[in-house]
Amino acid sequence: MTLQTEAAAAPRLTSERPQNFYGRTSLSKRPRPLESLIQSFLFLCGALSIATTLGIVYVLGQESLQFFTNPEVSLTEFFFTTYWQPEAGEYGIWALANSTFITSLIAMCVAVPFGLGAAVYLSEYASPHARNFLKPTLEILAGVPTVVYGYFALTFITPILRAVFGVETVEIYNMASAGLVMGIMILPLISSMSEDALHAVPRSLREAAFGLGATRFEVSTQVVAPAALSGVTAAFILGVSRAVGETMIVAIAAGSGSLFTFNPFKAAETMTGYIARLSGGDVSYASLQYQSIFAVGLMLFLVTLVLNIISRRIVARFREVYE
Amino acid sequence: MTNSQHSTGHYLLEAHNLNIYYGTHKAVADVQFNVERHKITAIIGPSGCGKSTVLRAFNRMNDFVPTCRVEGDVLLDGQNLYAPDVDPVEVRKRIGMVFQKPNPFPKTIYENVAWGARINGFKGNMDELVESALRGAVVWDDVKDNLHKSGLSLSGGQQQRLCIARALAVQPEVILMDEPCSSLDPIATLKIEELMRELKERYTIVIVTHNMQQAARVSDTTAMMMLTDDRQSGTVIEVNETNTIFTRPKDQRTEDYVTGRFG
Ligand SMILES: Nc1ncnc2c1ncn2[C@@H]1O[C@H](COP(=O)(O)OP(=O)(O)O)[C@@H](O)[C@H]1O
Ligand SMILES: [Mg+2]
Repeated sequence: MTLQTEAAAAPRLTSERPQNFYGRTSLSKRPRPLESLIQSFLFLCGALSIATTLGIVYVLGQESLQFFTNPEVSLTEFFFTTYWQPEAGEYGIWALANSTFITSLIAMCVAVPFGLGAAVYLSEYASPHARNFLKPTLEILAGVPTVVYGYFALTFITPILRAVFGVETVEIYNMASAGLVMGIMILPLISSMSEDALHAVPRSLREAAFGLGATRFEVSTQVVAPAALSGVTAAFILGVSRAVGETMIVAIAAGSGSLFTFNPFKAAETMTGYIARLSGGDVSYASLQYQSIFAVGLMLFLVTLVLNIISRRIVARFREVYE
Repeated sequence: MTNSQHSTGHYLLEAHNLNIYYGTHKAVADVQFNVERHKITAIIGPSGCGKSTVLRAFNRMNDFVPTCRVEGDVLLDGQNLYAPDVDPVEVRKRIGMVFQKPNPFPKTIYENVAWGARINGFKGNMDELVESALRGAVVWDDVKDNLHKSGLSLSGGQQQRLCIARALAVQPEVILMDEPCSSLDPIATLKIEELMRELKERYTIVIVTHNMQQAARVSDTTAMMMLTDDRQSGTVIEVNETNTIFTRPKDQRTEDYVTGRFG
């Protein structure tokens, strides 16, 4: 009743309408200079990162093209052989790629189980008190400069490996030590991202599971973890691409000089290690060796690109819709 | 059994001198009431008076609220659920729960039902169990062709019946329902109510509802909860046959509430 009388008494929308506190009755567009300025700035930020990526692709592509079109390099040799001796004109990428693979694999063998375990503990078991203390502590690990990790591998882990497996078996520079420490470096990334994913699983799902008489272990492994699968997988793949791209640790601890071997106790240079060593050395510009850096860089770029695409696919595909 | 001295043996579930705290806030004070076998017992009362808190005390769901502390006894068949040697996991196997919002697992419909039975060590024919649980929850016809689709693909009412099926598959004695229809439309609500009447043949049901008509329609016994005079804690002010509660309540506050005169 009251509503109707009010509506009847309300003034019509005409020019006689009394002015309100912001003194405007027109609905036409008005200029907002600050807003446009901010919008342009934000656009610029986005454009900058795209431009940088394009610049990198351009430089990598151009130098690699010169490398691959050089008559001394054959594509089949590059992609299908296992000797990488630029001094001798041998360019078989698998020598480098294989060590990258081995060190990353070792790193993931450390980072995934421990990272996931830490994540499950923090999200499902730890008291709020313990969690508030442990999470930041774990994240400190992520802030340690990789050069420190490199020397940690060389001066701490390597001696232990040599003591355990024998000085004859384990070389001073070896992939195992670099891989293990790389795993420790990646661990906080995996645990932090996985913990976020686990934490995002709604409480109602846990309660449903507990209500059926499930134990905490059953709930975390069979309900919460699968529901967080996409986030956990994304963490895993991001971890792999960190391992593949990690340079300092392998440059310091895995040795220089390429070798195609599956023995983790041998020194073998990774793709990143090769790039770092040559960039720091005195190769002349425009030489084939110099260009090979870019060819290897391009391969690394492609690997991480593919990993990121896969990770996006997985996240999109397995995204759980809870409500 | 040292804990069974209160028990009269007549009731399946008994709450004695139940006080429940969240931190220092005493949310539930001095609750006393019993649940009969194969009956539907409704807990009604205004929102915030502690209905959910009491219901969750019946299967130790409050254990997951770190600040929550329960004093007093809850007896299932004479055994105190809060005795130190009681395993809450075992309690929840025998006292299942259906929640306010349907919360199926992000798994297939089949897996939603099978999971609880499997973790509880069910060894028989799983297909048969899943079918009978889904039939029991009157959702079989809706899902029988889509058992391997996600439980989340169902409508709200179907999801809630799936959650009931999931609880049935564990073969509990008691099913606790916390406002199971509050997020459902009227037709889905009627289906669930009809289902509850069928389920009481084999199970004992305790349902929390803020909908008095629903309590009147489905329950045999009704417990009326209300905040105490200091407005801090909720308590059960009256328990009786549903019919009596709605027609000849003893307590003036109950009468005000069921006739809608409550502020
Ligand atoms: N997890 C919790 N932490 C702290 N207080 C809570 C929690 N859950 C409920 N309460 C408090 O307990 C009282 C009863 O809540 P609840 O049992 O949910 O009432 P109802 O289900 O009748 O609406 C309310 O005052 C509420 O604020
Ligand atoms: Mg409630």
